[in-house]
Amino acid sequence: MKAFELLRPASLEQALELLPKPADRERVRVVAGGQDLYTEMKDRLIEPDQLLDLKRLAGFDRLEIDGAGNVTLGALLTLSRVAEHAGLRASLPLVGEAALSIASTQIRNVGTVGGNLNQRPRCWYYRHPGAHCLKKGGSECFSKEGFNKYNAILGGGPSYIVHPSDLAPALVAAGAEVVLAKKGSSRTLPLEQYYTLPRDGDPLRETVLGSDEILTHVRIPAPAAGWKSTYLKFKERGSFDFALASVAAGLVVEAGVVRSARLVLGGVAPIPWRAKAAEEFLAGKPAQPATWREAAAIALSKAEPLSDNEYKVALSQNLIERAFTRLTT
Amino acid sequence: MRLLRLRVNGDVVPVAAPSHWTLLEVLRYRLGLTGSKQGCDKGDCGACTVLLDKKPVLSCLTLAALAEGHEVTTIEGLTPAHLRAGGRGADPIQDAFDRCGALQCGFCQPGMMLSARALLAKNPRPTRPEIQAALAGNLCRCTGYTQILEAVELAVAESGGAAVQPADGRRGARGAS
Repeated sequence: MKAFELLRPASLEQALELLPKPADRERVRVVAGGQDLYTEMKDRLIEPDQLLDLKRLAGFDRLEIDGAGNVTLGALLTLSRVAEHAGLRASLPLVGEAALSIASTQIRNVGTVGGNLNQRPRCWYYRHPGAHCLKKGGSECFSKEGFNKYNAILGGGPSYIVHPSDLAPALVAAGAEVVLAKKGSSRTLPLEQYYTLPRDGDPLRETVLGSDEILTHVRIPAPAAGWKSTYLKFKERGSFDFALASVAAGLVVEAGVVRSARLVLGGVAPIPWRAKAAEEFLAGKPAQPATWREAAAIALSKAEPLSDNEYKVALSQNLIERAFTRLTT
Repeated sequence: MRLLRLRVNGDVVPVAAPSHWTLLEVLRYRLGLTGSKQGCDKGDCGACTVLLDKKPVLSCLTLAALAEGHEVTTIEGLTPAHLRAGGRGADPIQDAFDRCGALQCGFCQPGMMLSARALLAKNPRPTRPEIQAALAGNLCRCTGYTQILEAVELAVAESGGAAVQPADGRRGARGAS
């Protein structure tokens, strides 16, 4: 990778001072675990002059659960610690399951919550140093007409990347919020609104994070009484891989009837894809296999597969049925 | 150029390296510790696995400058640490890999053994699926996984489950040496 200056601020205030002006956004990169960022730098997709390491910041690597069951994840928490936290696994199993499904032990030991949520796409055109695609400021998304086995079936256009995070669909399903700090203030917004579709925002980015902001925390509200949840991920390779498709599902069932449901799909859209129509359909329906099948069909009814990824439709539907079956048997 | 003070295999090592060098590059090209392998160099293969504060990490995705203040263990440090702790012969994991023939070209072996070492420190009696999960980040392109899993199981069996103990120079039936 290209040489850079390594900055190691000792406080959030110092770190925020060191953030660049919007015009210099590409010059300075924030790094936590670096497990995605360094790969981009090695492939020379980005060549920052300065790297702003956050690991000396104290207090942003905690996992806290308050008396009411609300969870706060510091952005610097490693994915291993999220995956292994017994209290979190008990109350919000989908978050721990999603964390454990990410990459390998080595990467989870270093990769962070903040880094996972802010990682860049894995589309092979984006990752190929020779392909000047839409995501890198080019004029065309090559996956639309090219090799698109791993690309989006929902929410695509003009870019057809899929968001690679496993934690993001799980956290969206859990109703999480993110805290974004900037000099002198901070804002909190639902994680669902943190991600933007390429057609709604800047196709060069996946989130609304400002160049003057740092994601510092994730907050997950205490789950409702009786809420059960799970995260299912299908990988092309058993050992470790990104999701071809994944499902984050949550349910409250009372007396055999679904009271409320959450359903978010990963690996199939440029953002964690909330299947709202399926969620609405599920409320009030009997908790039985025919219901899950119908919900799965509804969730994928708007899918627009590309030439090589129609398999993701059936795969996602099967994962949805399996997830709800797991939650009710 | 930056002057780093790294703690590697129990020694404090002063070493000058550019800020953008990875821990793997410093280990191999400054310190001559070539046991950590440069495979894919971007987090896919696990050949560069080292222990950082006893946890397996990828040295190709760790900046050397950010390893300061942490304890780095490479494959070269396993047997010396074993001997310092009063053991005999090679580290029991290394001994078990040797006796099970858990190598073909050997390129993945240092990383495999360090991942296994970290697993047994945390979980002295892992099941086969737990061993597979712990080694999932280490790819063997010779596909010699069966002997590798057997080697870890041998080390577990001979440890009696508490902590992996010295193998005491015994040689198993499969061992070539």
